[in-house]
Amino acid sequence: MTIRILWEFFAAALGTMAFALLFHVPRKYYPICGLIGGCGWVCYKILLCWCSAPIATFFANVAVVFLSRFFAVRKSCPVTLFLVSGIFPLVPGAGIYWTAYYMVTNELDLAGQKGFQTLKIAVAIVLSILLVFELPQSLFSIRRKEKTSSLS
Amino acid sequence: MQDNREALNVASLAGDILLASGAEIFRVEETIFRICQAYGVKSGDAFVLSSGIFITAGSQEEQEFARVRHIPLCAARLDRVAAVNQLSREIVAGKHTPSQALERLSQIQDMPPKARLHQVLASGIGSACFCFLFGGDWLDSLAALMAGLILYIYLLYIVRGRLSKIATNISGGALVTLLGILMYQSGLGHHLGEMIIGSIIPLVPGVAFTTAIRDIADEDYIAGAVRMLDALLVTFCIAMGVGLVMMAYHHFVGGLVL
Repeated sequence: MTIRILWEFFAAALGTMAFALLFHVPRKYYPICGLIGGCGWVCYKILLCWCSAPIATFFANVAVVFLSRFFAVRKSCPVTLFLVSGIFPLVPGAGIYWTAYYMVTNELDLAGQKGFQTLKIAVAIVLSILLVFELPQSLFSIRRKEKTSSLS
Repeated sequence: MQDNREALNVASLAGDILLASGAEIFRVEETIFRICQAYGVKSGDAFVLSSGIFITAGSQEEQEFARVRHIPLCAARLDRVAAVNQLSREIVAGKHTPSQALERLSQIQDMPPKARLHQVLASGIGSACFCFLFGGDWLDSLAALMAGLILYIYLLYIVRGRLSKIATNISGGALVTLLGILMYQSGLGHHLGEMIIGSIIPLVPGVAFTTAIRDIADEDYIAGAVRMLDALLVTFCIAMGVGLVMMAYHHFVGGLVL
């Protein structure tokens, strides 16, 4: 189990870095993007042992957004750079697929169930982003008072 | 007087680049505002939507200035967002005259995209990684890698932005599903679902979705709603592409193989 989680961390980090490239994030930020994506996924997997997918996504994404803001302030660059690619492992790609699949195979009960689950995960992502962006900027720049970095 | 006009040109071009590259509305507004302030333009005012910027200035002391810029929705270029952000900090710190800043902005606008080969490879690697994360085994990931590579070859070399967004995403989803089914049928990969999930991930509208949420959170509802619509539309198109090919496949094999 531990080894599997370790592999998944690397897979998530590598996948996140690949998407950072597709969105043209500057090369020097790839390692941070990878770290954020990997951490988000590991949080999600661990939380999944105790709670449902939307709840796990919510808390994992809180971690992702928090780390993104943290690094954005540290590196004084826009938070979008880290956030967009870091979120990717948690985006419900599987939900979209299974919803479409059950629709086509005419299992409408399952399609509705999967579709609703996907929607819940999307709402969890939305809520976690809203929550973390409500935190005051000063929380992230405690040790960087000397630099002005409000545009993160 | 002349200087004023140049400063506002800098502000509007900076806003233009930011908006076109996928930045949030408040960042565009704040950058324009800061550049105006840094160059001592007191009467500058900007109204930013997801598809356009309106800038005006003019008072008893200052020259009249008005500009409307139309900005179509286009692909994310976060490198430009980072570069303009850095430049705006430097302008605020007083390091550039307006004409130097304009020159820097046109350099930023000409920043080359990542090499196509790298994008294709990244798409393949990303697909393989996500296939593995969603529960595929090594062979499935290999199949997703191939599908991801071919998807981006299709997008970058064959479509090249000539199709509408809707057609691009429907055909992309369909292509990936078709490849997945072909590879599955020829014995490469064991879980068709995971293979396809991995390889549709490069199409998922992550930037539009994230930016839409942030715009709505900042109470820029119009821009947020437009971007959310964009994200949802793309998602539906992908699902439709996948669904269409699946339907044809079921029709031919009667659903037995799945």
